Amino acid sequence: MTEKILMKGNEAIAEAGIRVGCRYFFGYPITPQNELPAYMSRRLPEVQGTFLQAESEVAAINMVYGAAGAGGRVMTSSSSPGISLKQEGISYLAGSELPCVIVNITRGGPGLGGIQPAQSDYFQATRGGGHGDYYTPVLAPQSVQEAVDLTMDAFDIADKYRNPVLVLGDGMIGQMMEPVEFKKEITPDQLPEKKWATNGAAGRKPNIINSLRLQPEKLEELNLKLQEKYMAMKKAEVRYETDNIEDAEYILVAFGTTARIVKSAADMAREVGMKVGIIRPITLFPFPEDVIAKASEKARFILTVEMSLGQMVEDVRLSAKGRCPVYFQGRTGGVVPKPGEILDNLKRLAGGGK
Amino acid sequence: MKLVAKRPKALAEKPMHYCPGCTHGITHRLIAEVIDEMDIQEKTIGIAPVGCAVFAYDYFNIDMQQAAHGRAPAVATGIKRVLPENFVFTYQGDGDLASIGTAEIVHAAMRGEKFTVVFINNAIYGMTGGQMAPTTMVGQKTATSPYGREAAHAGYPMRVVEMLATLPGAAYLARVGLFNNREIKKAKKALRRSFEIQEKGLGFSLVEFLSTCPTNWGMAPLDALKWVEEEMVPYYPLGVIRDIEEEGGPKK
Repeated sequence: MTEKILMKGNEAIAEAGIRVGCRYFFGYPITPQNELPAYMSRRLPEVQGTFLQAESEVAAINMVYGAAGAGGRVMTSSSSPGISLKQEGISYLAGSELPCVIVNITRGGPGLGGIQPAQSDYFQATRGGGHGDYYTPVLAPQSVQEAVDLTMDAFDIADKYRNPVLVLGDGMIGQMMEPVEFKKEITPDQLPEKKWATNGAAGRKPNIINSLRLQPEKLEELNLKLQEKYMAMKKAEVRYETDNIEDAEYILVAFGTTARIVKSAADMAREVGMKVGIIRPITLFPFPEDVIAKASEKARFILTVEMSLGQMVEDVRLSAKGRCPVYFQGRTGGVVPKPGEILDNLKRLAGGGK
Repeated sequence: MKLVAKRPKALAEKPMHYCPGCTHGITHRLIAEVIDEMDIQEKTIGIAPVGCAVFAYDYFNIDMQQAAHGRAPAVATGIKRVLPENFVFTYQGDGDLASIGTAEIVHAAMRGEKFTVVFINNAIYGMTGGQMAPTTMVGQKTATSPYGREAAHAGYPMRVVEMLATLPGAAYLARVGLFNNREIKKAKKALRRSFEIQEKGLGFSLVEFLSTCPTNWGMAPLDALKWVEEEMVPYYPLGVIRDIEEEGGPKK
């Protein structure tokens, strides 16, 4: 029986990693995720792990590369501008097929942007982010408990596919305190052996961790192999939650923090007689296309709400394939939309709110 | 029949792609000999750079990782922190280490990371076609300094070992040349010492190899060796710049 404790999102994510055997963390300070590395610097030595503050995000992600290649269960975290710096490394991790978990506690951009919650890194997160033809699974929690659960799962997904996995929170998830419980307790010795790791070629042929293929046919071969993994992820890893979509005339689509605000708006709309349902993507890659496609067949419209000026809405439109109108509503720069704004918009779009 | 020379076990039986007169092959062999002599083939992990030596991962009979340009010291840090009992070395050129990877090399040395760096200084970018490097000599003509490197425009060449010697975490720093057999022997000794420093866990170790690039220098192999001795050595003095153990342990 586990007990519930009150924790800040950033710290809870860190503890979740430790509870599933993560013993290596490399990071660099950036707001609003600073509690995460600070927690790791305190906790990892207690479990014979290693926390290291790198000289930059670029160095941190390359330390992750080395540690992952050496067979370690490893993690890093940052926020938007820092995640941009990590993209070179993430591309190499994907190309060299190395598992790791990367946490982005997203803030507003572009450039230095701000430090308040945002979802404007959706494109970067769901389209690979760096150079080349690759994807990373993206898990988007809406609560501190879900951040814990998804972080734990992220390590297993990373190992299963030998691919980096992104946990995409936002400043709200990172900074908010909520009761959480840790449902797993796994130590590194319980993890399966990584036979491909470079940990000294004792009694076997040397292992090579590498993304270079100078021959075009060989590079194409690697890419086709990677694509097979992404297809497998699309089959096995899609996660979403629905709320009241069975009889819904209007569908709201939102992820992360915004999904909670949308829930309040949907409850208010139901009270005034509007049949509103919610689809909440939990994995942003792979994207829950099918459930949105199905909903688009009978919905009068879909309204996508984001803390950006319209990024996930493109995936919603691709899924709806023009079967119903797909509208967008968003606030950005760290401004969080209010339930009342969403309700007003719903009424306006529905033509007066019957 | 008497055996007078053989391929070190740690060197793979693969024909190398290096140009005639290039000293990468010698340096590879020296690394493999040190690995053999210390009997650490099954405990060593090497890191191949971006550049001419990227295929180092095919040339050694050991576990290898390939790193992004300049990032090998960060990658090595990650490996060594997971596997502190193993031997880890990076193999980096001057564009890699002294240009794009300056932050990584300085901070690895600052932290006293317990791995060895093999630094190839041939005063030029080889793989990309002979562009100016931070280590290019003043007056040296390259693809991007066609009138010769001008100090007023591009600065003076970077002396890496002297720069790193300001950091107490750097336990062993040496610069060697490969322009004659005597110097090659000294180079091997320095390399062996750098691995021993790593074995003892004394801190960061780096050996800078003054190397040739006959193709991009536009010289015959022998002339290139002579150029190292006559043009590079006066600016890049040879010798052991730091040996923390011989100096009586770490400085406070």
